[in-house]
Amino acid sequence: MNIAIKGSEVSRRTMLAGLGGLSFCMAVGTDSLQLVAGAQAATMAGAHVTPWVRIAPDGKVIIYSAGAEMGQGSLTSLALIVAEEMDADWSTVVIEFAPADKEIYGYVLNNERKMEIVGSRAVQLYYTMLRTAGAQVRKVLLINAAEKWGVDAATLKTEPGMVVNPANGQRLGYGEIAAFGRIPDPLPTVDPKDLKARKDFRLIGKRVPRRDIPAKVNGTAEYAIDVKLPGMVHATVLHSPAAGGQPESWNDADIKKMKGVLATMRLDDGVAVVATHFEQAIAARDALKVTWKSGKASGFDSERALNTEYVKIHDDPAAKAKTLDAKGDVKAAFASAAKVYTAQFRSDYGYHAQMEPLNAVVRLNEAGDAAEVWEGTQAPDTTRESVAKALGFKLEQVTMHQCYMGGGFGRRSIGDYSAECARIAKEVRRPVKLIWTREEDVAYGMFRPQSFQCLEAAQDATGKVTGWRHCVVGDGGFLLQTGIRIPYYGVPNQHIEERGVDHGIRVKHWRGVGHVFNIFAIEGMVNRMAADRGIDPIEFRLQHMAATPKARKCFETVARMCDWKAPRPEGRMLGISNSERSNSLGAGVVEISLDRTTGKIRVHKVWVAIDGGLIVTPDSAKANIESGVVHGLSGTLHERVTMKDGAVEQSNFHDYDVMRMSDLPDEMHVEFVDVDTRPTGLGEIGTPFIAPAIAHAVFRLTGKWLDHMPFTPERVLETLKA
Amino acid sequence: MVSFLLNEKRVSVEADPATPLLWVIRDHVGLPGTKYGCGAGLCGACTVHVDGKAERSCQMQLSALEGKKVVTIEGLSPTSSHPLQQAWITEQVPQCGYCQSGQIMKAAELLADKPKPTRAEIIAHMDGNICRCGTYNRIIAAVERASREG
Repeated sequence: MNIAIKGSEVSRRTMLAGLGGLSFCMAVGTDSLQLVAGAQAATMAGAHVTPWVRIAPDGKVIIYSAGAEMGQGSLTSLALIVAEEMDADWSTVVIEFAPADKEIYGYVLNNERKMEIVGSRAVQLYYTMLRTAGAQVRKVLLINAAEKWGVDAATLKTEPGMVVNPANGQRLGYGEIAAFGRIPDPLPTVDPKDLKARKDFRLIGKRVPRRDIPAKVNGTAEYAIDVKLPGMVHATVLHSPAAGGQPESWNDADIKKMKGVLATMRLDDGVAVVATHFEQAIAARDALKVTWKSGKASGFDSERALNTEYVKIHDDPAAKAKTLDAKGDVKAAFASAAKVYTAQFRSDYGYHAQMEPLNAVVRLNEAGDAAEVWEGTQAPDTTRESVAKALGFKLEQVTMHQCYMGGGFGRRSIGDYSAECARIAKEVRRPVKLIWTREEDVAYGMFRPQSFQCLEAAQDATGKVTGWRHCVVGDGGFLLQTGIRIPYYGVPNQHIEERGVDHGIRVKHWRGVGHVFNIFAIEGMVNRMAADRGIDPIEFRLQHMAATPKARKCFETVARMCDWKAPRPEGRMLGISNSERSNSLGAGVVEISLDRTTGKIRVHKVWVAIDGGLIVTPDSAKANIESGVVHGLSGTLHERVTMKDGAVEQSNFHDYDVMRMSDLPDEMHVEFVDVDTRPTGLGEIGTPFIAPAIAHAVFRLTGKWLDHMPFTPERVLETLKA
Repeated sequence: MVSFLLNEKRVSVEADPATPLLWVIRDHVGLPGTKYGCGAGLCGACTVHVDGKAERSCQMQLSALEGKKVVTIEGLSPTSSHPLQQAWITEQVPQCGYCQSGQIMKAAELLADKPKPTRAEIIAHMDGNICRCGTYNRIIAAVERASREG
């Protein structure tokens, strides 16, 4: 079996030298994909060309995958899309990470070219681009075979890895064609009708094992933390407890006397220690006594902000507000309402807790004018830029070696720790591996922002929701805004706004981003209204989702899966929620019980039905949803970051409680609605429905609504007493 | 200098006696399959076998290893053909994969001791090993498969 090769050592020069076979290089223009020959690429003055596909005379097909592999499987899925359309023999395909060059390998979103994989983007944004690329390679292979045989290319077919002449049974392997082939000029164009029909797919939609998995069961998968270079030294950093604080002074002489310590270094917001071995660097970090200048976050108290400050901001008519969506006449809708509902929700800060602590390796050349960086990153393009900026380099002076990521979840997309490592490597003039200890990873985390949300809904006499107000208060800007709009509910009059504050706390995407707490609030409100009116919550939603046809299929599917109306065992209850993220829609149901003495919620079963468009790799897709569900359960029931005087109060897995196996539901069932539409994002949609569905089930058991995430046992007990 | 058997080979390591086994294995010897997750014995990513027992290598010092027999993920099977490794592939368990060396080593201890564990026994045994990708259901399925087929 072929496995993915770590990083791409393919520079433009080696690519042009090729494998002795055909090199298909794609120049990505502004309006279409073009395929050009390696030889031609060399003459394309100023053009940015890099290969997606290479075919060696021995039949080996190398496909470059731009899907940063953080566990979601897109390394395999993206290559599989190319292989499908070129009709490659999957067993001869070798996958490599694409070079970090967004001009060539980037997708286009909002007129910007990026490689950053956040927001469940990999398959949905690369799908058409990669199908087109694969189809174009196939055409070139057909043309070459036709010329060789002296027949019309239109009469030929392909089988996996092979061009076939049905008239006489002649066959040519792709490798054989690569040995003599040339690239036609002009190049064949690809029309959408040239793409395969779904019934002809040999790979898409099938259970194809992931290529990265064999290396992940025997310790050979290489993460950046595993990279070892000659002469490499180890660094770690103690950052300011309150974000933005600067080191004033520290016990430098004592630290430098410690065994193995080679250097210390002042950073803007921390002190780095460099040692021969990592355990020596850790010991030095632990011995650091730093006097800090106060930072922007100094004095910040997260609970006080959430419980007091945010409420004042919400109640202050003069507070700065950003309107996110407004339509109809909201005032009139509320003035004429037969019934008005109001509800408030809160959510705490969340930490990514990716299992591989943040780390990077950087090496500068002897002249000090070129750098290499090894990182497992969601955004290799951004890491290159961050490192270049840190070193005062141009982009082309930085080479990026992509590694596997030991989890990403939104944290690994800005290259901040690679930039930090680069500064240290420049200072000590040695290759440096920088690892943040777990404690540092927590203390200097970038968190899912906490939020306070106020919702109001107006219903007319028939029970139709006619007005909707939603205000989210917090520190996080766009991170607070995702998932707050409700186009899938046909509410005619809406006003949705964000009221932002700035605590100086470092915040970041966290699987599902704002959807996690916004959908908690939105669906919490919807479940309250349905319960108040005594209407089945599925029926109530469908009454308001007429403009969203795919919702019906999701809810009908999940209702069938869980046998929605069937009675449950004593003490068990179902809760339901809509889910939405990255153009996918879903419906999820949980079955829970509650220990009223301890306040512990136990989730026994989870069912989820998703419309994610056409599913490219069904088993990976299912794994993504299962993963999202567990992430949702963990975030909803356990995870909580708090801050006092700007400093994070948690420090490791003993007090940042990530869900363990004993809290796994007995059953998790995932189904995808069978549709032909373009694939949409699946990495996060499994997460946001969990909190509102659990809150719904708790209400149906106890008559009390949980309105503050996470639902820790203490909070559950408080709610039950209230 | 401390000598011990690592994956059936004798190694002698010259380092501070207090050096955690984790860093001895990863950096001093150079076997990176054993992972650093928390450094505090809380997550299980660094699990190895010491004299046949699953131990958190971040919590064990070099000085305690004289004459011991240590097995890491690299030594579990020279051909990656341990029933658990095969089952991990069949069930497509790993996502990011970072915790999986520790998961497999922890599960291997269970099956060595109890070849036919119940689901509850698997969960009780594995509860100390965190998987942030949430592959727990597939880990259980893979342990059950290895138990059946191994």
